[in-house]
Amino acid sequence: MEDWLTLAVLLLAATLRVATPLILCALGALFCERSGLIDIGLEGKMLAAAFAAAAAAAVTHSALAGLGAGLLTALALALLHGYACITHRGNQVVSGVAINILAAGLTIVFGMAWFKQGGQTPSLPPEARFMPIVWPGASAIRSVPIVGPLYANLISGHNLIVYAALLAAPLVHWIVMSTRFGLRLRAVGEAPLAVDAAGVSVSWLRYRALIICGLMTGIAGTYLSIAQNAAFSRDMTAGQGFIALAALIFGKWKPFPVFGACLMFGLFDAASIRLQGVRIGGLGEVPVQLIQVLPYVLTVVMLAGFIGGAVAPKAIGVPYEKEH
Amino acid sequence: MSARRRSLPRWIEVGVIPIVNVAIAFLIAGLVVLLIGANPLEAVRILVYGAFGYPEAIGYTLYYATNFIFTGLAVALAFHAGLFNIGGEGQAYIGGLGVGLVLLAFDTTLPPPLLIPLAIIAAAAFGAAWAAVPACLQAYRGSHIVITTIMFNFIASALMVYLLVNVLIAPGSMSPETREFAAGGQLPFIHDLLASAGIEMASSPLNVAIFLAIGCCVLAWVFLWHTPWGFEFRATGYNAQAAAYAGIKLRRVTLLAMCLSGALAGLVGVNEIAGVHHRLILNFAAGYGFGGIAVALMGRNHPLGVILASLLFGALYQGGAELAFEIPAITKETVVVIQGLVILFCGALANLPRAPLASLLALVRRGRPALAGET
Repeated sequence: MEDWLTLAVLLLAATLRVATPLILCALGALFCERSGLIDIGLEGKMLAAAFAAAAAAAVTHSALAGLGAGLLTALALALLHGYACITHRGNQVVSGVAINILAAGLTIVFGMAWFKQGGQTPSLPPEARFMPIVWPGASAIRSVPIVGPLYANLISGHNLIVYAALLAAPLVHWIVMSTRFGLRLRAVGEAPLAVDAAGVSVSWLRYRALIICGLMTGIAGTYLSIAQNAAFSRDMTAGQGFIALAALIFGKWKPFPVFGACLMFGLFDAASIRLQGVRIGGLGEVPVQLIQVLPYVLTVVMLAGFIGGAVAPKAIGVPYEKEH
Repeated sequence: MSARRRSLPRWIEVGVIPIVNVAIAFLIAGLVVLLIGANPLEAVRILVYGAFGYPEAIGYTLYYATNFIFTGLAVALAFHAGLFNIGGEGQAYIGGLGVGLVLLAFDTTLPPPLLIPLAIIAAAAFGAAWAAVPACLQAYRGSHIVITTIMFNFIASALMVYLLVNVLIAPGSMSPETREFAAGGQLPFIHDLLASAGIEMASSPLNVAIFLAIGCCVLAWVFLWHTPWGFEFRATGYNAQAAAYAGIKLRRVTLLAMCLSGALAGLVGVNEIAGVHHRLILNFAAGYGFGGIAVALMGRNHPLGVILASLLFGALYQGGAELAFEIPAITKETVVVIQGLVILFCGALANLPRAPLASLLALVRRGRPALAGET
């Protein structure tokens, strides 16, 4: 019983840690896509932010400076996306692909040139990172059955960004569903012409959505390199930007379902690490790759409309041309 | 706004804008090189020498270009039908699986004249099949092809890891790769062919798959501009609604375009697996699928343009390796940066030079009649 509980708590705690970048990234992309812009550049924004954060933290020995650099870098890439897709009405998918490839190349080129460690950044001391926060009384209560491990290992002991990601879900829900900005954001993704006719600038709304998206993916990237890990390593996002995109679709572009999808995909990831080489009675060894592709397979099935169906914002991918 | 919308003369559209776009991309790549403390002009000199300076380098350049022709053509063909095939990476990977399976099964039993065509067909069929699923989902269930093809890239990658680690791995091998194919399952290298004709050439991975690539370009050109199906593709890509009213079956176009596109991408497997590695390995297609997007955009979706852009990217790959060797500050990932910049400026920001060029043209034209009026 006790063993089972410990295992569950460890698994859930690991889930929170791997789901954090997904949550931040997917909820950021929610703003972008609800405003009518496809964002497949999440991976690139997150990777670039991870590199910038680790590089800045390595030079300044300050986690906050790292966060600042991560935010600015992802923001710059988000604005580049906006400049191409909103101002110049370019192809949104092409722009996203360009951002991903640029980030993959630039992080290594600059990493090698500046730090000369094969694309890695120097390993960071604790004061340059976001370290786990131990809640008051965690060690005292640890030995209490059931409540102890839950409090000490699941609720306490994560870094600041994990808690921020958990708070982001209700916050994003409130902004998107209950504020004037949120209403206009949803409207511009469905019927930009109507928003324009109401005298609200379509471009400025979409730019604001991109700014939020950039900042949130920036936090996600920062988390990867200076909170979850102690350095940047090449291609460290390893497809998480695309998993976040999958979660956004799987959650049907709605804040709480997206949050739930991120937790579920996080659980898959945490479980796949735990299940490595484990034999399950009767089935033999479960291939790790099978669990790793589950988010992608589920999203494809979802998109095909076999479980519930996902309907994208109507105006997504269509550049808006103001009439005269 | 009105200046940007006004159509520009054809020679500017076809001749000037693409060159300006590529020039901007390379200018910024030069700035990046400058930023990391190297001399861009020196870098260009080494790059050109590394790509074309000696026979072995030319062989490598053409070998890399072969892959880019396949994936670039794949993206271009789908673009003509108004579809964005971002899944070239996965289709190429699975195409290689097809080649590998055929060669592993028959390399000792079938004679090469039968075996090699079979391997090529398998590459195309596997690539097409991997593209067919997203195509069906788009045609019949309305799921967005961009998203599904991305997801299929990841699924392909996981599938290949599983197969190579657990199923196809050569007995006793430590690394996840299959056994080597027998000699009959290996495409001839160009340097071997030339040697048998009495011409000496430095050895390189360049093999006869390059002729297949050029043949595909010719076929694609004939298909797109000289067959009714090609017309259907282009009509759908230009205006799907009008095409539907004209009686073109959009679903069929989607399915056919994606399958042909996937088949072309799958042929990367012929060059890599049957041509060079002679065994199935992991990640042999890495980067070519996305590189194909840059190639198609740069080549303006025309087979000839694809060949030229592939040569450029092949040269960048080969010259980039030389560059990384000569100037330690520059890594071969600089080429990836250039790819990204080309996709950005030839694709997403392709309209960037239109407004300045339009005003420039207007300025020139306004000047002329005024002069004529004075005399």
